Amino acid sequence: MIGIEHFVVVSSILFVLGVLGIFLNRKNVIVILMAIELILLAVNINLVAFSAFLHDLTGQIFAMFVLTVAAGEAAIGLAILVIYFRGRGTIAVDDINRMKG
Amino acid sequence: MDLSTSLRLVAPEELMSFVSLVLLLACAWGGDRASRVISAAAAVTLLACAALVAPTLGSGVTGPDGAAFSGLFSADAFAAFAKILIYLGAAVAVVVAPAFFERLHAMRPEYPLLILLAALGGSIMVSASNLITLYIGLELNSLASYVLAAFLRNDERSAEAGLKYFVLGALASGILLFGMSLTYGFAGSTSFAGIRAAVDSGLSAGATFGAVFVLAGLAFKIAAVPFHMWTPDVYEGAPTPVTTFFATAPKVAAMALLMRVALEAFGTQAAVWREIVIFAALASIVWGAFGAIGQANLKRLMAYSSINNVGFILIGLACATPQGASAMLVYLAIYLVMVLAGFVGILMLRDGEGEQVEAIADISGLSRTRPGIAAALAMVMFSLAGIPPLFGFWGKFVVFQAAVQAGLVPLAAIGIAASVIGAFYYIKIVKVMYFDEPANRVTGRSDWVHSVLLTVTAVFISPFGYLLTKWLGALADTAAAALFHVV
Repeated sequence: MIGIEHFVVVSSILFVLGVLGIFLNRKNVIVILMAIELILLAVNINLVAFSAFLHDLTGQIFAMFVLTVAAGEAAIGLAILVIYFRGRGTIAVDDINRMKG
Repeated sequence: MDLSTSLRLVAPEELMSFVSLVLLLACAWGGDRASRVISAAAAVTLLACAALVAPTLGSGVTGPDGAAFSGLFSADAFAAFAKILIYLGAAVAVVVAPAFFERLHAMRPEYPLLILLAALGGSIMVSASNLITLYIGLELNSLASYVLAAFLRNDERSAEAGLKYFVLGALASGILLFGMSLTYGFAGSTSFAGIRAAVDSGLSAGATFGAVFVLAGLAFKIAAVPFHMWTPDVYEGAPTPVTTFFATAPKVAAMALLMRVALEAFGTQAAVWREIVIFAALASIVWGAFGAIGQANLKRLMAYSSINNVGFILIGLACATPQGASAMLVYLAIYLVMVLAGFVGILMLRDGEGEQVEAIADISGLSRTRPGIAAALAMVMFSLAGIPPLFGFWGKFVVFQAAVQAGLVPLAAIGIAASVIGAFYYIKIVKVMYFDEPANRVTGRSDWVHSVLLTVTAVFISPFGYLLTKWLGALADTAAAALFHVV
């Protein structure tokens, strides 16, 4: 029997993978965008699972909002990436260092 | 509550959405030539919205009187106080921009439009009384801000600032959302009132995780240590008018939102999050002070100064009392004006060709070439350091007073000691401007709009500001009372 705890464990693993993807990846900014999507998917799994568990629709409505905003976020991220690439000719993470951090 | 009442309560947000949609069409038709008109329209709209929310603050609307859309949105006195600050900060960011961008031939009508949308997002944030409203407001604010940071498309530093802000901002929203999903799951509700009722008897392990993740996501937005690493790069890389905006409106919005989440949703569990807030406050004060030493760029220095000041504001949150909340609001109001004065002063530093001057070495001896700007910047620096005759001292004073009243004497003592470290680099700027050999870099003419704004803000942070303490304190008390109404 698959219970709520299984869903929470899966989503937590996905979330941690997403965060690690942002920090450990040294190659490409596109991978970071994918990692961000992974985090948002983890959140959605959580929301929908809790929604079913609590017999409350709010979580599923919340998931719809998250999906919509995630689409807008990806579009803006890619747009910023395009102007960055035009200026620098690279999107390698290690090269994003014009200003010291 | 019927629909018409709800629609009346969200009048400022409706006006802003409507105007921004109309201006979007005007952008498409008018092109770059329409920039000045659209800027003026955006600034007037923001000021009109500030006038619209002012009665809410004046009459001290609380709790159910301000609840719109079945409690999704709360237009109370607390939100009104924060909204007025947000609208004023955004209006100044719109007004100072044309002089900056026109020299680079980069003034586009999208700039005032994006500021308007970001201010709308901030406005929804401070009125949020439900996790979904919170998320929508936060994302509307953030998405507009990412684009604004990369606004100078052909400038490598601006594009890099936009990219960094986007990646770290998206990570922060992810953390925040994960926390909200856990809070929803373990508290069983997305409304702040529902969460408050559910955690009344104590936080379960899952809800504690949720609360910590939510606080971490919001700490990122206010740039509190340990989630501050984006601030110096974004402040330095973004065009200066955009930095002016980032340092004011979104910061006020995120801080007010943090107050609402911490004091309203998790208000009964202050003992759980107080330790985290105290750590973030002290770490921000110390890190902001030490990080600023050795910076060579004025905008980067202001970034560390903002980290430092956020730490002082968080001391007020750690109190978890109405006095603490009121002190935070007073501090935020004074901080907003200090930062506006600082960035308008930085915008006025131009060399003979009209290029912006940002390096600290280039403003040495400024008091001999441009005594007015030097005097205003010196006042900003002394005020940010919290040195008594200036108004910045009052903000620190009320925060420390609230901390002592709440029994957090060691926290107040460490805060006062750390503010002395912070004073070092502020006074260093004053020394460079007044006692070093003139570099004669700042020779360009200043825009009259900048001069007027700098004069007004400088008078506010001068000792004349103390004439306002009673009035400001009374308004902040009204706003804080609205926040604690549920208790």
